[in-house]
Order: sequence, then structure tokens, then C-alpha cells
Amino acid sequence: METLSIYAPKLVTKGEYIASGHRACSGCGEVLAVRYVCKALGRNTIISNATGCMEIISSPLPETAWEVPWIHTLFENASAVASGIESGIKALKRKHGYTKEVKVVAMGGDGGTADIGLQSLSGALERGHDFLYVCYDNEAYMNTGIQRSSETPFGASTTTAPAGKKSMGQHTWKKNMAAIAAAHNIPYVATSCSSYPFDIMSKVEKAVKIKGPSYIHILSVCPTGWRCPSRQTIKVGRLAVETGIFPVYEIENGQYKLNIDLPKLRPVEDYLKMQGRYRHLTKEHTAEIQVRVVEEYNKVRYLAGLKKIK
Amino acid sequence: MASKRIGIEASLAIAEAVKLANTDVIAAYPITPQTHIVEGLAELVANGELDAEYIPVESEHSAMSACLGSSAVGARTFTATAGQGLILMHEVLLVAASMRLPIVMAVANRALSGPLNVWGDQSDAMVTRDGGWIQIFVENGQQAFDQVICSFYIAEHPDVLLPVMINIDGFHVSHVIEPIELLDRKTVDEFLPPYKRRYTLDPDNPVTMGCFAAPNMYTETRKDLDNAVRESKKVILDVWRKFGELTGRHYRPIEQYKADRAETLLVLAGGYSENAMDTIDKMQGEGKKVGLVRVRLWRPFPHDDIKEALSGASNVIVLDRAISLGGPAPICSEIRDSLYSHEKKPRIASIVGGLGGRDISPADFEKVIEIGLERIKAGREHETYMYGVRE
Repeated sequence: METLSIYAPKLVTKGEYIASGHRACSGCGEVLAVRYVCKALGRNTIISNATGCMEIISSPLPETAWEVPWIHTLFENASAVASGIESGIKALKRKHGYTKEVKVVAMGGDGGTADIGLQSLSGALERGHDFLYVCYDNEAYMNTGIQRSSETPFGASTTTAPAGKKSMGQHTWKKNMAAIAAAHNIPYVATSCSSYPFDIMSKVEKAVKIKGPSYIHILSVCPTGWRCPSRQTIKVGRLAVETGIFPVYEIENGQYKLNIDLPKLRPVEDYLKMQGRYRHLTKEHTAEIQVRVVEEYNKVRYLAGLKKIK
Repeated sequence: MASKRIGIEASLAIAEAVKLANTDVIAAYPITPQTHIVEGLAELVANGELDAEYIPVESEHSAMSACLGSSAVGARTFTATAGQGLILMHEVLLVAASMRLPIVMAVANRALSGPLNVWGDQSDAMVTRDGGWIQIFVENGQQAFDQVICSFYIAEHPDVLLPVMINIDGFHVSHVIEPIELLDRKTVDEFLPPYKRRYTLDPDNPVTMGCFAAPNMYTETRKDLDNAVRESKKVILDVWRKFGELTGRHYRPIEQYKADRAETLLVLAGGYSENAMDTIDKMQGEGKKVGLVRVRLWRPFPHDDIKEALSGASNVIVLDRAISLGGPAPICSEIRDSLYSHEKKPRIASIVGGLGGRDISPADFEKVIEIGLERIKAGREHETYMYGVRE
């Protein structure tokens, strides 16, 4: 990873497929991730976007930030729309002399993926459409004002699961979407984070080369919803990975590989204390999170054939 | 024109029409009583008789969503559903219309839960009437076959670009085997132009589809869509005229049966009209001045044709096969609306019946007309009477 990052920037296209001037918040990690994904995809791409932040910031009629063909219809159906696009192109190729090689990509936030869109995603993965699904996970419904989703982490305060005298905020643990995607026995699943551009780009390139469905889950830092300074987006994302809270790995034909393998994890406190959404947590809560994080991290290590760490 | 007349179930005739239209993509989820249509299509694809992508989706919501995608890349697209399935895809239906995607859908009309009921009525079609789809009612398998062919033409016409829903009574029409004249491939090819969109999802000419509209734009987008739905009638009439010239089977937005000089007109939509025809024959034989008017085109609503067909009568009795709970029955209320400004407007009785698959026989229709006339006499026009309720 380190050596790659020395010369990799030179290999990255200067082409931009999501134009600047969109309405994302300053410091938005999600739109950064979209930018990297699009760079890796290139121009021969059709995007089906779920309702959510990325749709709202990029497409106020009569403007658009998209330089590739892009369609938004509803919240829960980006994968089903992508299924139709992929099938339509297949039919056009067979019957009507269509010759372009097009990558079909569906994308959505954590709500559009893990909650309301889970059924249509599962259907599309199971049916084996040749498409890539990218989940930009900012761990809550940020577009509507920071409401909890099934991807909101344990202990985070959101507007529908707020911390209070009788609540410590989110009391459930983050849904493991990568494992759910992998359970469909699809050829390629990966996780990544908006603070790791080359990791994102290399995974997207790999995913679209593979025939059949692939899934990439990108933790996308949201300064607005996580309540951290917008200048620290990259740092917060890196800490999510370095603490082991968000392991970065890929699952190729069922085989796990930990892409960012750290000799020692940093304490979760380093990550939690940077964000206002965790401000209310007690030492006991932090300790509970620490235990769980190491446990979950070791599950991934085990699946990747690596030794446990403490 | 070449055609062959065979005995075939209406649902399978619909599948044949989809095949003859050389459809590219079918996305469908099974639901009674639509199943025979999608099974028929799956078989045609499996046997290589129809070269199409068949997407066996995991819900009706995804069925219509996949249709959005395939239609947006320029593929000819078909689906079919019924009852609850239509209601589940309701959210997507509205998007299909607003994004001007010419999807054709057959709906085997079915009652709505609850209680669960898989049998026929027109509640499902009525719930979806405000979403910008062109809606056509058919009365038998032949009409269903014909309207599938016509609907692709109408939907994909560059002046229309709207989805079309063909309403077929569940079971009472969808499952009936009848002699149907099927057109041959060459005839359909000559009649039906290929689907060519000006804007598709194409990397060489990237477009953004499905922007959101703020208050400064939304009203204009809705006005534009409303205009499109209203103005589609011109193309509908034109396509039906061409189809009539080709096949001798003529379709009109509002169709009459022995309605000239009738004092009392019965109005309804869909397959029950063929039973009602028997009743009209019998009653006219007895010297009664009754006639029948059938609603073929439900959206865009043909106000002028309604006025023309009904304004000469003294009494109009509308039988709706759908109930608007706590409100006026849907077809009747729109007919009242069309006639309200007419100087010599007829008196109107509203009757709801045939819900959830309950039969209305020719003898029942006689009673329906009797009850309607009694209620007009008693000045109870503003009320909706429910026919056949066991007390």
C-alpha cells in the first residue's frame, strides 16, 4: 500500500465525472469517495443512484454535476433499476446492434442500502446481474437530518436515537453489510473508506473487471452528522481504520483478505473523542466498544487466515 | 394482413402479443390472477420463441423499477401484475410516468386487501388512476391482445412517451379461453414502429435523469406531465384508427351498445359489459328504452366523449366495480363531473357491485337498472348504492 501510493497518483485519470460546484457540505467524505469511484470507473459507465445525499447534492433541476449517464428514481430501488439497465443493454446487444461496453453501477447511502433498499439489492445480487453496487456508508440518514439507520454504530447519538438521561444513543451494533453481500456468493465484495483513495480506486477497478455482481462498502466520513470539524474528515476516516472499528478487507470468491493489516490497533477512544456524536459516552461504554471492536476485528482476521490480536 | 383464429386463454394471448411486439425486456413478479401472463412469457423466452431478457424480480416494486432501467436505455419493456402487486409498485408507477418511460403493463384487475381476496374487481386500477399512466379497459381476450399491440405504439410514440396500463378483469377475462384472432409477425412489424428514444442512458451522450425539483420548478414539471397525458388522446385515437383499418376491429374512448335513442343508459368498464349486453338485448326486446355505454379509455379521461354519449339520455346508471370508502364511486364521480356543466344533464344513479369476484349475471343487471331508476325517482342521486349486499 505505502509503495503504491508513491507512484499511484500519476496513474489516476485527471478526468472528473462528478463536477465541482455540487452542494455537498464542506468536508464531505462521501462525495470524495464518489469522486474516486467515478475516476476508477471512467466514462463508459451508467450510474443508478438511490435517493439520498449524493442525489440531492448533485441534481437540482435544471442542474447536474454528473458527467456520466445517471439516473435517480427512488430510495429503495437503485439495484432493481440497475438490473433493468443491465438486462436492457444485454437485449440491445443481442437484438439491435448495440456494441458499447458499459459498466453498470448502482449506488446508495447506508439507509438506501442496508435498510429500505436491502431487498432490491439482495434480489439483484442473487440474480447475478453484471453490475457493481457501491454503498457510501455515513452511518445515519444524514440527508434528512442525522436519523439512525441499521448502520449507525453502537453508542452514536442521532436525532431519532438521541443520547439522553435514559439513553446512550444507538444501542444496537452496526449491521455487517459486507457479510450479507458475501452470503449471496457473489464473486467480489470489499470494504473501503473515504480516506483511502487508492484503496477505493483499485477495488472499483477490480470489481468492474469481474463478471457478475460485486459490492463495495465505503465508510464515508460525514462531519455534519458525526459532529467533527470538516478539516478532519481524512483523519477521522483513517482513525476508523487504524482503531479497527472499520476493517478494510476484500472477499474474492469467498476468500477474505485484510487489505490494511495493522500490527497494533489504536485505542477506540482516539476515534470516539474526535466526534460530537460520541460525546456523551462514559468510560464503561468506551470499554465495551473496545472489547467488541477487537472481537469483530479478530473475526475478519480469522476469516483472512491471520492470527488473533489483542 | 395475415392472422389466425385460435382458441386461447386471454392471458396467453397477451403473452403472444408481447412476443409479436418483439419485446426486449420483461421484469415480473408472480401474483394471482396475473400468473398465466408471466408464465406464458417465461415459456416463450425459455423456448427461444421470444428473444428477450426475462428478469424474475423479487417484488413488484423491483419489477417496475427494473422496467424503468430497461426502458431508459431504450429497450422495449413489458410487465404484468394485479391487485396488491399494483399497489406495491404504486410508488414506482408515478416515476415511470414522470420520467416519460413508455412501459406497457397488463393488469389482471383484482380486489384489494383486506380482507385478502384474489378475485376480480377494479379497485387496483382506481387507486392508481392519478399517476400519469394511460389506462385502457378491455372486455375480452381479443381486445386484450389488440390493446397490447396498440399500447406499445401509443406509449413509445414520440409525442406521447408515457406508460400504458391495460386493465383486464382478473379471472373473468384473464382466465377465459376464447377464440382470438392473432396477428402474424409480419403484420405486427409493419404496424408497430421500433422503439427509438431521443435520450437514453448513453455514455457517448450522457444525460441526467431524475433530478429533484424545488418549489420553483415542480409545478411546471407537473403541468408539463398533465399536458402530456391529456394530449396523448390524439395519438391514441390515431393508433386505434390505424389498427381498425388494419384489422377491422375499431376502438373508441367511450363505446356504445344499442344506446341510440335509449332513455336509460347503463355505464360500466371491463369484462362485465358482455353480460350487460345480454341484459340490454332482453330488455330492448321487451320494449324498454335502455342502452349500454362502456368506458374504454380511463386515462386520459374522455370528457367530451362522455358528454356526447350520455347527454341525450334521461337517466344514467353507473356501475362501479370499485368502492371509494367514504366517498363517491370513482367512475360515477368522474361522469358526474363531465356532465355537471351540461344544460340538459341526465339524472345519475351510482351503484357499486361485483366486488372481490362476485358475479353480476344478466339477471342481476336488470335489477341494477331497476334499482338505479328507483333511486333516481326517489331523488337519491347523491348516494352510492351497494348492489348484492347480504343483510
